[in-house]
Amino acid sequence: MTAVRAAAAGLLVLFAVIVLSGTVYQVAETEQVVITEFGQPVGQAVTTPGLHLKKPFVQKANYFDKRFLEWDGDPNQVPTRDKRFIYVDCFARWRITDPLLFFQRLRDETGAQSRLDDILDGETRNTVAKHDLIEVVRSTNRPFAGGDEVSEGDRQPEAAVKIEFGRAALDTEVLKAAAARTSDLGIEILDFRFKRISYVEQVQQEVYARMISERKRIAEQYRSEGAGESARINGEKERELKAITSEAFRRSQEIRGKADAEAGDIYAQAYNRDPEFYRFLKTMETYRDTLDDQTLLVLTTDGEFLKYLKASR
Amino acid sequence: MTPREPITLPFKLPRFPWGGALGGIVALLAIILLFTSWFTVAPEEVGIVLRLGRYVRQVDPGLNTKWPYPIERVLKVPVQRQLKEEFGFRTQKAAVSTRYAEGGFTRESLMLTGDLNVAIVEWTAQFRVRDPYKYLFKVREVRETFRDLNEAVMREVIGDRGVNEVLTIGRQEIAAAAEKRLQELCDQYEMGVKVEQVVLQDVNPPDAVKASFNEVNQSQQEREKMINEARAEYNKIIPKARGEAEQAIQQAEGYRTERINRARGDAELFRAVHASYLRSPEVTRRRIHLETLNAVLPRLKRKIIVDERLKGLLPLLNLDEAKP
Repeated sequence: MTAVRAAAAGLLVLFAVIVLSGTVYQVAETEQVVITEFGQPVGQAVTTPGLHLKKPFVQKANYFDKRFLEWDGDPNQVPTRDKRFIYVDCFARWRITDPLLFFQRLRDETGAQSRLDDILDGETRNTVAKHDLIEVVRSTNRPFAGGDEVSEGDRQPEAAVKIEFGRAALDTEVLKAAAARTSDLGIEILDFRFKRISYVEQVQQEVYARMISERKRIAEQYRSEGAGESARINGEKERELKAITSEAFRRSQEIRGKADAEAGDIYAQAYNRDPEFYRFLKTMETYRDTLDDQTLLVLTTDGEFLKYLKASR
Repeated sequence: MTPREPITLPFKLPRFPWGGALGGIVALLAIILLFTSWFTVAPEEVGIVLRLGRYVRQVDPGLNTKWPYPIERVLKVPVQRQLKEEFGFRTQKAAVSTRYAEGGFTRESLMLTGDLNVAIVEWTAQFRVRDPYKYLFKVREVRETFRDLNEAVMREVIGDRGVNEVLTIGRQEIAAAAEKRLQELCDQYEMGVKVEQVVLQDVNPPDAVKASFNEVNQSQQEREKMINEARAEYNKIIPKARGEAEQAIQQAEGYRTERINRARGDAELFRAVHASYLRSPEVTRRRIHLETLNAVLPRLKRKIIVDERLKGLLPLLNLDEAKP
């Protein structure tokens, strides 16, 4: 009965394979395993990758991820302490540090995610509500570079506001509060961060309106600066023009005056040798210049010139 | 089938169908084993070999051998390839004229600035896998984590800067700051990633306020224009006035030279005439007098000579007659 033998051998092999596959299990580099016997955890968690043994059938291997796992919150509408409504979108990284505890408390990752939702959303809400919006936005009090050449400090209180904590401190605050609530769940939250922060729609419109009016103000200021500067240059131009022309006038008058004086001195020096002769000479010259064909001259004969008309002596 | 000699059976294949089937399975297994015990790693990749799930070694590009399939497996990581994530936009088809996906990513790119204004910042982050072991085994969803970190870091950096800084002069500095911070966080998360470059793409105010931002730019231009025009006018007038002033002064200097020279000339003339006069005063004086009369009198059209004893001449004259 070779067929029966063969069937028996085949069954034996099949049985052996089933037993073997129930006994040996493989743990990947990214995994850790908790062994349960009829649902009850047995022994320590297996965290080293490779092949491991367990009792077949009665024991079951439960796989958990060993890597950093993601948690991404839904955007939440949260009011800040200064009553601004914002959407806050956060994320966190966590990992399973104690698979045994994790298995007992949360069973699987889905359970963990929903628990993290509760804890982190709540703590985010608490933290944001305790602080002003600016604390979530800014990290330091560094001054803004490259502002317009317009003083904005007085008109725009937000820019001048000093923060007390800052974004990083708020991240840490949420992280600490959440860590306190997750310590007995076999998980560790490694990092928590605010991702997106945005205004709710209505606030957004108000912000836009404010931005627009602010830009308009700056634009007006630029224009007025332009007009002012232009007027200043014009004034400077006028002043300089006056200075230049009057200075030129002053100097030329001075030169002319000096010239006249000097010439006068020269004349005086020459004519003082004989003032009477000068008077005579100048008078003669003046006759030449002033008497023309329109002049009617009435002469009498007793003058020096015409006396010879009447007598030769 | 003869159970005592199962191994020799494949050689009598045609006569023993069962053994033939077993032999076929063995041959098939042999082929699978053979084909799964070597593999090639592309030049930009490294291979990570896992033995029964456990990391054992890292292999370089080229042809490599390993234990056959169920025992060893290989994962290939492109460590030389530059990987890129885009934020606020998506490249649909990279080419000479690259096409971008239409809008809809403002949730990624819209962020608050430090003065609580809103800016739309689009950027890309280029990175490489530096440590394949960490990249594969430390973090689940590395790409997603990298994206989250990017968004958080960029908002952190933008949130500490004013809207003007973000939109104008701060670009380089913002990219550098984000790059540095991003690398710190990637290291902290043990992602095994090297951030190569963060590049800011378009940085804009939101559409609703764009026009007013443009208006500011425009008014800045206007200001410059007004100032330049005033300067032009200044430059047109002042140098000319300076020239004219110089001209007036030179004219005065000319006047002075002329005036003095004339005075000197006149003085010389007088001196000469006077000298000759002194030599024979009476004759010279009379000569000058008569010469003058000689020059003047012929020009006069009407001359009336009256005897010294005649009185009351005026009533006889019609003085207007003289006028033409």
